[in-house]
Amino acid sequence: MSDRDALITGIGLVSSLGEGPDAHWAALNASPFAPVLDAQAYPPFTLHPLAKVEFDRQIPKRGDQRQMESWQRIGTYAAGLALEQAGVKGDKELLDRAHMIVAAGGGERDVSVDEAVLSGIGKQAHPDAWLNERLMSDLRPTLFLAQLSNLMAGNISIVHGVVGSSRTFMGEEASGVDAVRVACARLKAGQGDLFLVGAAYNAERPDVHMHLALGGALRTKPWAPLRARMEDGGGAALGSLGCFFVIESRAHAAARGAKPLARIAGIEAGRCRRNPGEAAANAQRQWDALAPAADAAVITAASGAGATAEELAWLDTLNRPVRAATTAFGHPLEAAFPAALALATLSVAHGQLFAPLEAGEAPAQGALTQAVANCWGHWRGEGMALVAAA
Amino acid sequence: MAHTDRSGRPVVAVTGFGVVTSLGQGVEDNWRRLTAGESGIRRITRFPTDGLKTTIAGTVDFIPHEPPTVAALALRIAELAAEEAVAASGLKQDDVPGPLFLGFPPVEFEWPQRQAIGAASGANDHVGYAELFRGAATAQFRPMHAQTLFAYAPEMLADRFGTRGAPIVTSTACATGATAIQLGAEAIRRGETSVALCIGADASVNPESLIRFSLLSALSQSNDPPEQAAKPFSANRDGFVMAEGAGALVLEELDHALARGAKILGIVEGCGERADDFHRTRSSPDGKPIIGCIRAALADAGLGPEDIAYINAHGTGTPENDRMENLSVTTVFGEHAARIPISSNKSMIGHTLSAAGAVEAIFSLLTMQRGRIPPTINHRIPDPAIALDVVPNVARDADVARTMSNSFGFGGQTVSLVLAREPA
Repeated sequence: MSDRDALITGIGLVSSLGEGPDAHWAALNASPFAPVLDAQAYPPFTLHPLAKVEFDRQIPKRGDQRQMESWQRIGTYAAGLALEQAGVKGDKELLDRAHMIVAAGGGERDVSVDEAVLSGIGKQAHPDAWLNERLMSDLRPTLFLAQLSNLMAGNISIVHGVVGSSRTFMGEEASGVDAVRVACARLKAGQGDLFLVGAAYNAERPDVHMHLALGGALRTKPWAPLRARMEDGGGAALGSLGCFFVIESRAHAAARGAKPLARIAGIEAGRCRRNPGEAAANAQRQWDALAPAADAAVITAASGAGATAEELAWLDTLNRPVRAATTAFGHPLEAAFPAALALATLSVAHGQLFAPLEAGEAPAQGALTQAVANCWGHWRGEGMALVAAA
Repeated sequence: MAHTDRSGRPVVAVTGFGVVTSLGQGVEDNWRRLTAGESGIRRITRFPTDGLKTTIAGTVDFIPHEPPTVAALALRIAELAAEEAVAASGLKQDDVPGPLFLGFPPVEFEWPQRQAIGAASGANDHVGYAELFRGAATAQFRPMHAQTLFAYAPEMLADRFGTRGAPIVTSTACATGATAIQLGAEAIRRGETSVALCIGADASVNPESLIRFSLLSALSQSNDPPEQAAKPFSANRDGFVMAEGAGALVLEELDHALARGAKILGIVEGCGERADDFHRTRSSPDGKPIIGCIRAALADAGLGPEDIAYINAHGTGTPENDRMENLSVTTVFGEHAARIPISSNKSMIGHTLSAAGAVEAIFSLLTMQRGRIPPTINHRIPDPAIALDVVPNVARDADVARTMSNSFGFGGQTVSLVLAREPA
């Protein structure tokens, strides 16, 4: 035990399964597990839509909500939940020195403008001049602020008053790992005592489906849970999700009487060019470095795309109970690792793993004191964290 | 005995840097033209500017890149700047023994790409996202998937330079390049690594990006002549000029650098940051976040205002930024403020956005190393409300031992760096 241990004192989680740790725990333990799916929005793809959320509860000013697009609202909302659970929300003294690291992708586009431009541009005698004219007149001036990656963090500062610092990491799944990793490293080294870290993803937008479809990363057959899906062509189903953590040093949490949910005992990140076996070798090194206890279960953020088959094969060599977060609420890119980390944290806080999400997941025997969150990006990047009892 | 800073941490040295801007490729060309007060701002020729209010930018038009996207250009100039930095450091080009921290703009699809995907669907009337899905399913655009991931640029650069571990790509708007340096300095101070490659790069001059900034009323519309458009701290300043560029720095733990006989080009003594909770594009009217950021940088360096001999301003040339920077500098530096030269590189190279913090840190280091302060050009009509010594129009010889470099971003992210000529 060290004063500089990284303790999780708040989680804000919102997904297709609902809002908050309790709703998620209940949904994950329902038998049989029932995902929330939407196969109508962007066929042939299936996505996991966000549960109904009363954004007013964490973003009281309508003006603020209007200035954001969905991904920012989801993140700002989840950040508020995390701050609330940690007892930091509204505490100006704490917020003034709270450091924020957000993992973010790009923001929403104006779909109607995109479609009008694409439908019209081929018919123009002077397509470049016409494009300039359309964009000058059709783009909402404030839309840019809903698109810039760093503006989710900007909105969290504005709505919740987190002003100690603000950094945004990009890079899809790996950015979620790095946000937590850098926060933990800074905590351990005394480069800050209190962090708000997380990510949010809005899957209910066509542009992100187009992007991932270009790489053949999306599932086009009917949805299936991850293991069953991998027997049948694989592919990712995107999921809307926001997940933030308040992470603070043990000494800081103790001094203000904050109740820890769990401890991040270690976190590792690596990269490779994804030649066969390279990612598994990275993961094995990370596993050996973290040295999880014999009772530790694994939550994987595997998407169904990329190296998922290799990842599942490697996980099976561990002989540990494994749960696939993507079966629960889809693949939320930057938020995939934070979401898996949240499920690992909930499992440790409950002292047990949640129920299997499909027949291919083995039931867990007995109690656990540790859980591992594993995250391989759908293209690149491998990360792993060990969560232990506080 | 190991060198440590005033707080007992490892000292962070700079052992290499490289730069590309609209003024040219490489440190020497840039420095010569910068101290000659030359502008890199020109008329945009990359695409037709019919109907646009702003038709100028500090584009980098002289670097071949494939595919013809701004993201590919940004990656290419990041690579060129890093090659120069690594060469200067004496490290191997493909074996940089530390992590990569990259400041980079969010990568987006461009219109010609969307049009190509739409065309592949076979649709010839309505082209919506359903048609784009069909076009995407043809699998002929596979490389575009990876190339438009945010992880693409850092992964390519990590492969190219053999950096260690997971690369980080960061965006804090106009403070991005400084954030990349701060991340590297922090990692060295933690003892995690002895070396870090920190890069800020940006190429964003395409129709949609230009129009978006234009719609926010952020850009200068003084199109004629282009080289006089960027006029920071002037009474008639009317916005910033979008620009492209890249700056790369090899940061290195001082003892590690000395042990291998590397030349010390400067020291990163302090990093300060704050977030602003006032507004998405405007600073708190009281200047509190910027003041807090500057003070945090001084505190991190263990220094007082009187220790700073030159300020490399954020100095965008927007009415708002320069007013707030003036307020903050005069508040923190008090009577000393009038005696500190403060100049804006952006008057010549424009606002290189995600690259600015890194590019301007390099110019700050050169200012100290070569004893010459680059001017703020186009300073013909001084703003009576700004009583700073902005080094108007002509470079000035000066003995500068310590510099502050400021970067303030949209979305309220602010970073200030304290850089020194040599170890304290």
